Amino acid sequence: MLITPAIVALQGIALSVAGTVLLASGFAGRILRRWDIHSGSELQLRMERQTYLISTLLGFALGAELLSLLLFVHTAESLSSQFVGAMCATGVLNVNAFGFPTLLLKIAVFFLAALWLLLNRVDNRGYDYPLVRVKYGLLMVIAPLTVAEGVVQTSYFLGLTPEVITSCCGSLFSSESKGVAAELAGLPPWPTLVLFYGMAGLILIAGLLFLRWLRLGPLFATSSLLGFGVAITAIIAFLSLYVYENPNHHCPFCLLKVGYDYVGYALYLPLFAAAALGLSAGVIAPFRRIASLQAVIPSEVRQLTALALIGFGLFYALATWLMLRSNLVLLG
Amino acid sequence: MIELTEVSKTFNQNQPNECRALRGVSLRLERGGVTVFKGPSGSGKTTLLTLVGCLARPTAGRIALDGRLLSNLPERFLTDVRRHTFGFVFQQFNLIRGLTVLENVMLPAYPLGRPHRELMDAAHALLDRFGLAAKATSKVEWLSGGEAQRTALARALINDPAVLIADEPTANLDSALSREVLALLAELAAQGRTVFISSHDPLVFEATQINRVIEVHDGQIAGDRRC
Amino acid sequence: MRAFLERQRYLIDYTLAALLRRKTRNLGLLLVYTLLVFLFSSVLLLSQGLRREAATLLQDAPEVIVQRLVAGRHDLAPAAWLDRLRRIRGVSAVQGRLWGYYYDPAVKANYTLMVAPERGLAADEIVVGAALARVRQIGVGDYLGLRAANGQPLPLKITGLLESASELLSADLLLLSEAGYRALFAIPPDVYTDVALTVRNPREARTVAEKITLALPDSRPILRAEILRTYDAVFNWREGLAFLTLGALLLAFMILAWDKAAGLSAEEKREIGILKAIGWETGDILRMKLWEGALLSLTAFLAGYALAWHQVFYAGAALFGPVLKGWAVLYPELQLTPAVDMQLILVLLAVSVLPYIVATLIPIWRTATADPDAVMRG
Ligand SMILES: Nc1ncnc2c1ncn2[C@@H]1O[C@H](COP(=O)(O)OP(=O)(O)O)[C@@H](O)[C@H]1O
Ligand SMILES: [Mg+2]
Repeated sequence: MLITPAIVALQGIALSVAGTVLLASGFAGRILRRWDIHSGSELQLRMERQTYLISTLLGFALGAELLSLLLFVHTAESLSSQFVGAMCATGVLNVNAFGFPTLLLKIAVFFLAALWLLLNRVDNRGYDYPLVRVKYGLLMVIAPLTVAEGVVQTSYFLGLTPEVITSCCGSLFSSESKGVAAELAGLPPWPTLVLFYGMAGLILIAGLLFLRWLRLGPLFATSSLLGFGVAITAIIAFLSLYVYENPNHHCPFCLLKVGYDYVGYALYLPLFAAAALGLSAGVIAPFRRIASLQAVIPSEVRQLTALALIGFGLFYALATWLMLRSNLVLLG
Repeated sequence: MIELTEVSKTFNQNQPNECRALRGVSLRLERGGVTVFKGPSGSGKTTLLTLVGCLARPTAGRIALDGRLLSNLPERFLTDVRRHTFGFVFQQFNLIRGLTVLENVMLPAYPLGRPHRELMDAAHALLDRFGLAAKATSKVEWLSGGEAQRTALARALINDPAVLIADEPTANLDSALSREVLALLAELAAQGRTVFISSHDPLVFEATQINRVIEVHDGQIAGDRRC
Repeated sequence: MRAFLERQRYLIDYTLAALLRRKTRNLGLLLVYTLLVFLFSSVLLLSQGLRREAATLLQDAPEVIVQRLVAGRHDLAPAAWLDRLRRIRGVSAVQGRLWGYYYDPAVKANYTLMVAPERGLAADEIVVGAALARVRQIGVGDYLGLRAANGQPLPLKITGLLESASELLSADLLLLSEAGYRALFAIPPDVYTDVALTVRNPREARTVAEKITLALPDSRPILRAEILRTYDAVFNWREGLAFLTLGALLLAFMILAWDKAAGLSAEEKREIGILKAIGWETGDILRMKLWEGALLSLTAFLAGYALAWHQVFYAGAALFGPVLKGWAVLYPELQLTPAVDMQLILVLLAVSVLPYIVATLIPIWRTATADPDAVMRG
């Protein structure tokens, strides 16, 4: 086990996120059992006040998770000199089997917390707490995930023994090796490029249709998530090559380095925000039939959708610009 | 416009010190005029006013404002109704020390996010009206009792509420100042606002043009007299 | 949107006024908060600076160094090795190096002596590091007398001072000619201290090293990457240790923050009661209190970070310097190069602002959910 400040900090964040979310779900459990909106009893009043605490705790969890996501990638990056064969974050995440699962759990918790907060935002505008069950049910899903994240992350750090020979992005994301990551890296540029821009078209069309017909929520939520997946694939398959101007460097993390002007932040922030907003808009839309939300949801959902489309737009614009700017010629 | 049906309020429910402050109160309150809630100390006047003014929710029963059911609304909606409909004047003036008269008057409007310029103008207009223009920038702790009560009145009116609720407004004032405040309340009623006063001070009854007196006793309505 | 912004502005206004009204009460917390950020960022900035210094220093170091081992100890390498190493595939250049240490009883310090053929020094000429010159109070043109291996004094003329980006390396350095070196230590002409290799493709360094152990069984190849790794490990370890020590302070800070947020004065409680009674909602109070935390955190963070920055980069890192540097006899004026590092800021946020929020969330919520009708019953 390595002890570095970043690892101490990450463990601290994981502990506080799991702690706050568990606390919140403790309150939520009672709310699910005892909630009675028609009662004026002191218990009901107390529970209604606890809803404020729960949403504050989840807001905190979302922020902490974002911090943790960034810090995790940076930490992996900075530890790369400690492991033989690791040139960047990818290699370090591959030191043991828990590296990538930790990252995926962090992303999952981030998306779910964002969805929860947006559900909460809508719920707060209905006069009869219309989404109480949905919201606190979702919380019951998020809570074990944060615990799992803490456990997996701890296993990962415990298993970080220097001098392990690892594979780095050079080999993990290279066309010759096997595995999901390598498959992504080995995707042929042309079809992937077509898929990438095809997805942009799909998101745009789905978004526009959804703005018109709100019952298309599931379509837009799915295309947002798919769009996120395709975007990550595209970053690994070819976008990173253009940024590094190196036909073999497929790493999605090196983008976050100073050396590339932190261009990764400019790419990932709108992408993550857009996917989270798009997913949430699609999930929230079906609740528009609830009487107290009829007036709220359409405008709210349209706003979220517009923001998601703007986010995807920013991402695609930047990605296109990066490819045009690059000196690398990948597609003859 | 405000209708209470079988409203009860119990404090410390299911505990040894349980206190039923209101028991099955049904009441209709109309728009306009001055209504006085009268009764001995501890009879439930303040509790009744907090329910009428959306400061608290009843333990049982229904409260409706202009036909809209309020008794089950979440706190944030209740607050929203309250700040647009009711202004409060308290027994203790309850001004925030360390802030100026002007700032105290503007406070209730902060959560509404009104444009700053417009809010300042509204506050100055109210201060002019209550003869406090010269005191606008002085800290509230230097005010005399009468000035403090007028500041509290200006603060209650900053969001232009239809209803003014005054809980024992004269309890902390000598009789001259009491008369002054009562005159102001009467004037507001004359201009079309609805005024609810709770009091057991006889001065209230002789000094003001009162439209209705509701007697509260032991958490129940003991008398209802229009004049 | 406009109303939203106005509302935030009003909340900030109110919070600022409230904070200023209770200056002395908040000052204590602010000071401790700033101190916490200051201590943490001092550790982080310092070790990050040292690490970067080490990396700069190793940048020009050869990818592979080959030493000879005799009975498990470093021994002089025969000149015949140079040719055999040159023949190994992947090696593009080979150079025999001469270096060593010299203990100077006058200042009770070790100098690092190195032969620098590229400087073309005459047998009695040397170039010395700035710190060395400072400690011995000598300059260009002066003579530095060293005691040779045979007991005779060997006067060497200083022809220059080392100007280096990295004082950590050059501080105690003394460059001399091959003839001077061999005379000083009485080293025969057919051996070297060790051999430096340049490898055509740095990624192949490891393979090259394996071939060397096969070709020269009594040799020990050392990779630059390995040295870097050791440096990093040492810094990480020391940094981690310093952090754990600061953990106690962090805990104390969290308790203080919790206590401040939970133990509101009667006056403050009354104020919040009034605000709720005149139309503020629980959410408004929550936001107001969160703004208060944000303002406090921002102030403490910027102040603490700026102070640490000054301390580490301009005031000589008196604090923690000895702990993290560890071997600092000759480096009284180590000058680190400042640089902003994203990871460092993220870590700093995670160990100062995050714990503050954790400690205050529940007390703030308790405050915000006060009964709005409480003031009517005062
Ligand atoms: N928060 C509370 N907890 C417990 N008892 C309360 C509370 N508020 C009011 N009461 C009780 O309710 C009864 C009515 O009080 P109140 O409405 O203040 O009467 P009034 O204003 O007529 O003097 C009193 O017996 C009082 O002690
Ligand atoms: Mg009373």
